[in-house]
Amino acid sequence: MASMSATTSSDPLSTRFAELRDRGRRALVVYLTAGFPDPARSLELLRGVAGAGADVIEVGVPFSDPMADGPIIQRSSQVALEHGIGMRETLALVRDAALEVPVVLFSYLNPILAGGPAVLATAREAGVSGVLVTDLPVGVDPEREAWLGSSGLAFVRLVAPTTPVERMREIGRHGSGFVYLISRLGVTGVRDDVAADLPETVARLRSATTLPICVGFGVSSAAHATAIGRLADGVVVGSAMVQAASQGVQKAIDLTGELRLALDRA
Amino acid sequence: MTSTPSDTDRFGAYGGRYVPETLIPALEELEAAFHAALRDEAFTSELDDLLKNFVGRPSILTPAPRLGERVGARVWLKREDLNHTGAHKINNTVGQALLARRMGKRRIIAETGAGQHGVATATICARFGLDCVVYMGEEDMQRQALNVYRMRLLGAEVVPVLSGTRTLKDATTEAIRDWVTTVRDSHYIIGSVVGPAPYPRMVREFQSIIGREAREQMLERTGTLPKTVVACVGGGSNAIGIFAGFVDDPGVALVGVEAAGDGLDTGRHSASLSRGTPGVLHGSLSYLLQDANGQVHPAHSISAGLDYPGVGPEHAYLTDPGRAEYVSVTDREALEGFTLLSRTEGIVPALETAHAVAWLAASKGRWMPDEHVLLCVSGRGDKDVAQVREMSILPP
Repeated sequence: MASMSATTSSDPLSTRFAELRDRGRRALVVYLTAGFPDPARSLELLRGVAGAGADVIEVGVPFSDPMADGPIIQRSSQVALEHGIGMRETLALVRDAALEVPVVLFSYLNPILAGGPAVLATAREAGVSGVLVTDLPVGVDPEREAWLGSSGLAFVRLVAPTTPVERMREIGRHGSGFVYLISRLGVTGVRDDVAADLPETVARLRSATTLPICVGFGVSSAAHATAIGRLADGVVVGSAMVQAASQGVQKAIDLTGELRLALDRA
Repeated sequence: MTSTPSDTDRFGAYGGRYVPETLIPALEELEAAFHAALRDEAFTSELDDLLKNFVGRPSILTPAPRLGERVGARVWLKREDLNHTGAHKINNTVGQALLARRMGKRRIIAETGAGQHGVATATICARFGLDCVVYMGEEDMQRQALNVYRMRLLGAEVVPVLSGTRTLKDATTEAIRDWVTTVRDSHYIIGSVVGPAPYPRMVREFQSIIGREAREQMLERTGTLPKTVVACVGGGSNAIGIFAGFVDDPGVALVGVEAAGDGLDTGRHSASLSRGTPGVLHGSLSYLLQDANGQVHPAHSISAGLDYPGVGPEHAYLTDPGRAEYVSVTDREALEGFTLLSRTEGIVPALETAHAVAWLAASKGRWMPDEHVLLCVSGRGDKDVAQVREMSILPP
């Protein structure tokens, strides 16, 4: 029986953020595409980055048409699809990994819809704590949003630099776990700098919600992590991590360790 | 039930606005600008003027007596092939470019399959002095090399898309990625009745002139409404445009012809309504070719303009209660349609249109000889002549 509210503070994701807040620690959220570079190494990666200091892991469900993603994550999705990794295989991977850190399922809507009405319960049983849907913004499909919001999974929503402050409030009300702030216009990818207007955007978002704020899109270096750690409650590293993973499991583990240190310096 | 709802971002259960959060404010701005423009006399009169004096509207209605003999009915052709740039696509690009200019956006993004929408976009951008970037799948660039050259001639930048199936689907995804990055100063002109709201309804509005003119012309020439209106369907903009004139006339059958490619049972086709299931792609919920895991299945058609795994949400809305009927025609039959219209009426149709011609020819017996059938000639076939020539399929 699904819990009626995703905003309950007892879900593992909210609990994790409360702990982090009590310890004065910034969250390191690591994104990995399920099944990349292959299923065996994907499992090693999940366990490895969890052991190296990730506080939350976003597991990307491969999709054929990832319109919000840049070249690195596109390629990783394509490779994972060639290994036959879809929603079902992604959830099996999460189950096998048996991670102690909370897992957020990061997906486009279509693979979730194709999974059928039971897919969210299956995800919960596999050990998933939260869900983030790239192409389901607040208010777009109230019926399906209610379904996702009442599944017992935290429903992580996105905020963009273009989002007006009234809409930020709306997003805060309809989300749980944390808010994912997209640091800049564009698709996911590796960038050299932090967006200049980020402090102002974070401040606006702070005024609109009490949920923890994690910043992602373009975060690639320890210096970024330190800079963002001073503004926000956490940082999401995706493309840079996937790029490291393509060079070897140890590379991704090393990057996680570096980011952990950088974030703890923030 | 079936007349088109106008006050929501959906067509029944279909449509919607399934996009990254970054685009939501831009889509809201676009929707507001679109509705304000339609109420603004200055906008509508400038649009009317451009349609008349730049596009060459109204397009004529041509009787097709020799094709009619083959079909066993009185066939009429709505000649969108005679528009400037050779297809119906320009009706939409003129409207959207006017809207972009009104919103102060100086850079235009477009995707294209056969190249007709890309050419129509490049054309109006040249006319208005707007920057134009067109995304086109690498495979389509080879199939439609002449249109690539035309777009560049008109001053557009054509960006090859190497991801996925390298066709219209991937070009659309890439155009959306550009727009997410440049949304503050760019407008994305989608070429069909697909994408997130308000695009399907907006493109419908700009294409509905086809149906409005055709209805008036049919009444004037025949004193009655056609028994059947037929058009090809990829994303479905020419079909929605001509259907718009007749959807509220219950006695008029609406038929959309999809591309069956190598055959519906081969898995190599583009017949989303005939063989797809509901799903979300490129911002809207509609029928979609996909596997059991929700991964989008590559489409196939001889015609680059129909080679798309989705279809406009209004078509999904029209098929469920059966207001419109959707059928399909294979690559081989479409080639026969291509030759048939060329030889019976002296009109070389686009390969997209040839699908609708082929369905008509195969449907003899469906009508009484004195009943009228209206076919939308969505575009001219010049762009396809080189491709068809290479196939050496011409009958003696």
